[in-house]
Amino acid sequence: MKIAVCIKQVPDSWAEKKMVNGTLDRENVDAVLNDLDEYAVEEALRIAEAHGGNEEGGPHTVTVISMGPERATEAVRKALSMGANDAILITDAKLAGADALATSAVLAGVIAKEGFDLVLCGTESTDARMSVVPAMLAERLDAAQLTFASSVTVDPAASKVTISRVTEAGVDEMYANFPCVISVVEKINEPRYPSFKGIMAAKKKVIDVRDLATVGVSVTSAWSIVADSAPRPPRAAGIKVTDDGTGGEKLATYLAEKKLI
Amino acid sequence: MSNVFILADFVGGKAAKTNAELATAGSRIGSVTAIVLAPVGQASAMASTLNVGPISQIVTVESDSFSHNGVAAVADAVAQLLSTKSPSALLVASHAFGKEVAARVAVKTNSGIITDAVDVSADITATQLVFGGSTTVHSKVSHGTPIITLRPNSVSADLTAATPAVEAVALVIAEGAKKATVTSSKPPVQGGRPELTEANVVVSGGRGTNGDFKPVEAFADSMGAAVGASRAATDAGWYPHSHQVGQTGKSVSPQLYVACGISGAIQHRAGMQTSKTIVVINKDPEAPLFEIADFGVIGDLFAVLPKATEGVKAHKS
Ligand SMILES: Cc1cc2nc3c(=O)[nH]c(=O)nc-3n(C[C@H](O)[C@H](O)[C@H](O)COP(=O)(O)OP(=O)(O)OC[C@H]3O[C@@H](n4cnc5c(N)ncnc54)[C@H](O)[C@@H]3O)c2cc1C
Ligand SMILES: Nc1ncnc2c1ncn2[C@@H]1O[C@H](COP(=O)(O)O)[C@@H](O)[C@H]1O
Repeated sequence: MKIAVCIKQVPDSWAEKKMVNGTLDRENVDAVLNDLDEYAVEEALRIAEAHGGNEEGGPHTVTVISMGPERATEAVRKALSMGANDAILITDAKLAGADALATSAVLAGVIAKEGFDLVLCGTESTDARMSVVPAMLAERLDAAQLTFASSVTVDPAASKVTISRVTEAGVDEMYANFPCVISVVEKINEPRYPSFKGIMAAKKKVIDVRDLATVGVSVTSAWSIVADSAPRPPRAAGIKVTDDGTGGEKLATYLAEKKLI
Repeated sequence: MSNVFILADFVGGKAAKTNAELATAGSRIGSVTAIVLAPVGQASAMASTLNVGPISQIVTVESDSFSHNGVAAVADAVAQLLSTKSPSALLVASHAFGKEVAARVAVKTNSGIITDAVDVSADITATQLVFGGSTTVHSKVSHGTPIITLRPNSVSADLTAATPAVEAVALVIAEGAKKATVTSSKPPVQGGRPELTEANVVVSGGRGTNGDFKPVEAFADSMGAAVGASRAATDAGWYPHSHQVGQTGKSVSPQLYVACGISGAIQHRAGMQTSKTIVVINKDPEAPLFEIADFGVIGDLFAVLPKATEGVKAHKS
């Protein structure tokens, strides 16, 4: 099987975020691998390992694909040190401020050219928080959409994938034939820590850096435009009481005063 | 007058509360047409439950593909309706399914998309709260049919009775939209309480409950609230995963959110910090969630909640 994992480098979720010229200021904050994408890397490795592994010359490969600035190589290296085989990073000045439509077009362009049986994603990037890229990829690649998976079972001989989809609407059991775009929820596994050996090996692995011309996809400017953004006034300091036996009663009185009862 | 489409949501065959919210937002832009996608033979029964909110018209499509093939089939039908009827915008509820449908429709119709809006104005400007609710952003779609997903509970719904005209449309779902097959669907267990994302009041318990959700549930019931949980509580198996609030659980923005024995990790905040009023009960005065609390009680939830429950009942009677 040829397995791809789409990962994104995102600003550290603890860092303070600001808007600059209508987009998130990504320059001045620490950047990390989107933590939800670690579960996708882990699941891709487990799928390969369950069927003979992804060692060199073996039957399966796991390729990391990321679109982002040059320094996204740090996040890509992390995925490689977990055990992925190789990586493709699409980086181009023209992609600054790209929206989900452009991102999915670029990723789909690369994926279609390489040809993958399975494409794994996280469910959400912690900066954009849209949860739309995997569905857009399935649409663009004309591949089956198996998203929000809390378990994934692959039958390589039958080219078939079965998942449990978990959303607010409940649990769906679903299946489809290759090629599939799969997004995984964080309950699916416990991502491994890169081993020392893995970190050393990752340094020698190839990151194929491509620009838009090489990918052969042109992108337009974003189709959603920020008119303005403003920090909201911080929440006014609240009331804080220490329970001396009357805390519960005081809470009920507060709720009644606010007409919440 | 321009025409706005909303994708109607159904829970167990009945119209969800979000439909009136979508219609209310949509009615600022133009006259509202609700899309009802139904299994074969059920369109009129489902459409008849769509009876509140400023909905002028209903378009129904029947196909068993909607439940058998999921997002791709629904997106195929919606995109077909968009290209034949050319509405000025499409509004969809912002949950996992709604956002995925919106995503695919945006690709199919070459349209811009805005997700997680909390408001939409007459000129189709969407308001979003980003960075954990600390920043307000106004944006517009500049290409195609604006596709906007609206967070439940954000717009106060106009609940006047509606008697929309119903038009049944026959469509053929593309074979390409049938690549995934759903073999079974289990709705989430609700236990008689309101649905988490729709509830006006949510009471959540965390690790501080130590596995005993009874005081949380009793307080929730006194308030007519839904019960939520932190990941620490769902991971421990104390409460079902479907009740997890946070980045990888549900996003809620009720009128009132009460957090009991929850410290306030960023991943939990991501799912609740746009709540209108936030109450925190925690025995650690340094718990980070106090930073965003409108009312905080430093104390043991097992002592505070039963008293609060009594107090609420007393105020009600
Ligand atoms: C990728 C990822 C995704 C995540 N997604 C989510 C998510 O969606 N939702 C989520 O909630 N978390 C999520 N988390 C986990 C999150 O980081 C925290 O670990 C979790 O929210 C902690 O839950 P808690 O506040 O209940 O527990 P703790 O942090 O252990 O806090 C328990 C609190 O209870 C208080 N307490 C103890 N006993 C009592 C008592 N008797 N009375 C009153 N107070 C008491 C303590 O003082 C403490 O503040 C995620 C983590 C990761 C890495
Ligand atoms: N720039 C990107 N490069 C690679 N993968 C991405 C990128 N953006 C999003 N993804 C993938 O799509 C998922 C959902 O992201 P989003 O739709 O932005 O919330 C992420 O978890 C990633 O797997």
